[in-house]
Amino acid sequence: MPTSVPLHVNGQATTVSIDDPDMPLLYALRDNLGLHGPRFGCGLGQCGTCTVHINGEATRSCVTPLSSLGPDQKIVTLEGLGSPENPHRVQKAFIDEQAVQCGYCINGMIMQAAALLARTPRPTEEQIRNELANNICRCGTHARILRAVKRAAGAA
Amino acid sequence: MSTGSDAMISPKASRRAFLGAGGSLVIGFALGGRALAQGQQAPAAAGPSAPAGGAAVAKSVAIDDVDGFLAIDADGKVTLFSGKVDLGTGVRTALIQMAAEELDISIERITFVQGDTALTPDQGPTYGSLSVQNGGMQIRQAAATARKQLVETAAQRLNVPATELVVEDGTVRRRSGGPGVGYGELVGGRDFSLKVDKDITTKDPTQFRVVGKSVQRLDIPEKTTGRFTYMHDFRLDGMLHARVVRPPALQAELREVDEASVQGIPGLVKIVREGNFLGVIAESEWSAVRASQELKVTWSDWQGLPEQSRLWEHVRGTRVAKDDVTSNVGNAGEAMGQGARRLSATYDFAIHTHGSLGPSCAVAEIRDGKLTCWSASQMTHNLRKQLAAMMRMPEEQVRCIYLEGSGCYGRNGHEDAAGDAALLARAVEGRPVRVQWARQDEHGWDPKGPPTLIDLRGALDAQGNIVAWESEFFIPQGAAGNVALVPAELAGLPHEESMAPGNIIQNSALPYAVPNIHTVCHRLENTLFKPSWIRTPGRMQNTYANECFLDELAAAARVDPLDFRLRHLKDERGVELLRRLAVLSRWESRPSPQRSMGSGTASGRGVSYVKYELNRTYVGAVAEVEVDRGSGEIRVKRFSVVHDCGQVINPDGVRNQVEGNVLHTISRTLKEELTWDRSMVTSLDWASYPVITFPEVPEIAIELLDRPGEKPWGAGEPSAAVIPSAISNAVFDATGVRLRSVPFTPPRVKAAMQQAT
Repeated sequence: MPTSVPLHVNGQATTVSIDDPDMPLLYALRDNLGLHGPRFGCGLGQCGTCTVHINGEATRSCVTPLSSLGPDQKIVTLEGLGSPENPHRVQKAFIDEQAVQCGYCINGMIMQAAALLARTPRPTEEQIRNELANNICRCGTHARILRAVKRAAGAA
Repeated sequence: MSTGSDAMISPKASRRAFLGAGGSLVIGFALGGRALAQGQQAPAAAGPSAPAGGAAVAKSVAIDDVDGFLAIDADGKVTLFSGKVDLGTGVRTALIQMAAEELDISIERITFVQGDTALTPDQGPTYGSLSVQNGGMQIRQAAATARKQLVETAAQRLNVPATELVVEDGTVRRRSGGPGVGYGELVGGRDFSLKVDKDITTKDPTQFRVVGKSVQRLDIPEKTTGRFTYMHDFRLDGMLHARVVRPPALQAELREVDEASVQGIPGLVKIVREGNFLGVIAESEWSAVRASQELKVTWSDWQGLPEQSRLWEHVRGTRVAKDDVTSNVGNAGEAMGQGARRLSATYDFAIHTHGSLGPSCAVAEIRDGKLTCWSASQMTHNLRKQLAAMMRMPEEQVRCIYLEGSGCYGRNGHEDAAGDAALLARAVEGRPVRVQWARQDEHGWDPKGPPTLIDLRGALDAQGNIVAWESEFFIPQGAAGNVALVPAELAGLPHEESMAPGNIIQNSALPYAVPNIHTVCHRLENTLFKPSWIRTPGRMQNTYANECFLDELAAAARVDPLDFRLRHLKDERGVELLRRLAVLSRWESRPSPQRSMGSGTASGRGVSYVKYELNRTYVGAVAEVEVDRGSGEIRVKRFSVVHDCGQVINPDGVRNQVEGNVLHTISRTLKEELTWDRSMVTSLDWASYPVITFPEVPEIAIELLDRPGEKPWGAGEPSAAVIPSAISNAVFDATGVRLRSVPFTPPRVKAAMQQAT
């Protein structure tokens, strides 16, 4: 039987109707709510393309079952961070540095970096590299991504 | 994606507007008046959210028609129809720049439609670093032809000679000023009915305003904010979700499917079985995922793969179907015997997966006998033929539409997923089906970059010049072409029987002047895994062997490796490039290896050079590395790259590609290697197939030699060709140990160092 699960996403309270409480959050965000920011990459928590913020922490939504979420947990996706018209400073830095190739990984890069900067406004280069160490990019955009995160941190 | 045209419709994706998702998949293009003339058919019905079937609008897709490439609506908005697609390289922006330049119109007024068999000309697959070099030049000619006619029409309208007219942002007016007439007024909504003039004089490069500028990529604001619609985001009303269930062994046969094992899964629609093809269809994606994981299936045992540890014996033992002699100068055999100093070496390069970050995805719909397939295929026109053959449908009833996916780096799984979607859609005719591969499907079933084995022999004369060079490349037969679709193979439906690994004999011959050369490619009858091209196919492996072995000869001659290359190079552009590289990399002239060798961390630098396919883009690179003698770990500290692809369309776009080539290829060189047991690929995720991570990213210095007066050549792949050899040569410089087996993993580096002592 479908059940209704409350979620708090991008500043709005909503519900999703699901068959399986263990369905990962990623599918609720993409399929039930039509969001494009979090992406399916591996389903194993290895690559980072599915990253969202849960109460400000970068979290892999592909391995986060809905059943593990409480109604007070605030989820923010790439769309909730900003828009082309009003981008978040990390999004703006990625645009300014043209830090995208295919862009499939970029959701994870931006969400992970935004979480880092919220926690550590002036990270060292090493801190940035370590923060992103488990986010995979296949196109080889790493150098630009590092520049973008440094720019967003006001260091470039 | 464009906005603001009267010709656009919004998508049928009903949930897209939620929570600021945006995500509108809107293609408005400039066929307004003509479409209305054809009975109120909305032109956007031919866009990505269109119903199944062929073109709703009769639009030329002829490659020799201006109308094939361009349409201008009554408002003067231009639509550019490109058969070359943006695979995440930014080429969309470059192609728009080329069209805007010839048309003298701002890029903001150009909408880009790509890779739609009903709308765009067949400009060939998007591969081989040819999108700008070939596709862009076709667009440039079409745009120049269109502009000429527009100006001539304006000349009649304004009653002045065409030579007295100028065009400013799509408005034609007298050079002396005054009112003008816009493109929209001149042709808006009507056909050009004009052949592309292949001899047309295109714009003088000294007059370029947009070409040669680092125009910001048009897709990046949407890609960084979640508004972009990738293939994976595409949704249709009534769409079902599917997953494939692949065999656990490459040639295992499907024995039994226990349908009862998944009957409890809500919304399960169908289990589709055809030969060894198996898939599940459900109302929701998660139900499809669960069904694919929980379905009990019995397969036959199959263990036909050779042991991984005996790969190179297997390659050497594979029957040679034919020999391709790629160069034969003088008498290499004889000269070899007369050399003062002779060397020989064997190099090998591992099997790689494309490893696209987003597993392949496609949507297909069959309605009224027509198949429409949305995919991220780099070759929708070829895919159309393949799907038609597999489905036994007339080609005219199949339409393939490109949507950007995850970067593919060649022929990955996108086409196979399209085939999966088509087969599954047939089982639920009338409803669109979306297939999303799992991670293990992509790592396990994308076609692979084949193993490459190379034997080299060389001889030096008494002065330390190369007098003889012989090489033998053991590589699978076949060239570029269509790679058989996995679902067609599994289901026993019509498919190609021959292999298509790409033009992997390229760059087996040398860019250097040597008096006696013989290079031959032994084309093997078969290879372990179905091959295809991965970024820089063959050119990377062949350049790696050539440039490392050249380095061995330089070391034997006790000559600086960069000077040694210059000594054998008779190509002025190549010589200039290497001299610039020496400056950029602060190259210190001395032979390798360096003298001071400690026991801890060793540092060194290595150089490499390529003239891509011996007839276009020049690249030189210097790697600076540190090698930990204890662990065998290589750290690339810095790469310096000088790149000459002739006329540069978008300098930042080229830099982005060069950076990507450097980093992607460091990953391939140091880390990547397919693993398998006797049945199947075993490197099925990112833990078992590690790739480069942020802590391993070096500093990259790039110098572009822009030559606006020359032809534009490709930039998507050439710089990857020099990376493995530059690293190997740098490790030799640091340690005196020659690495001849990619990937250079710490255990291999340690073993090579132990062997050398």
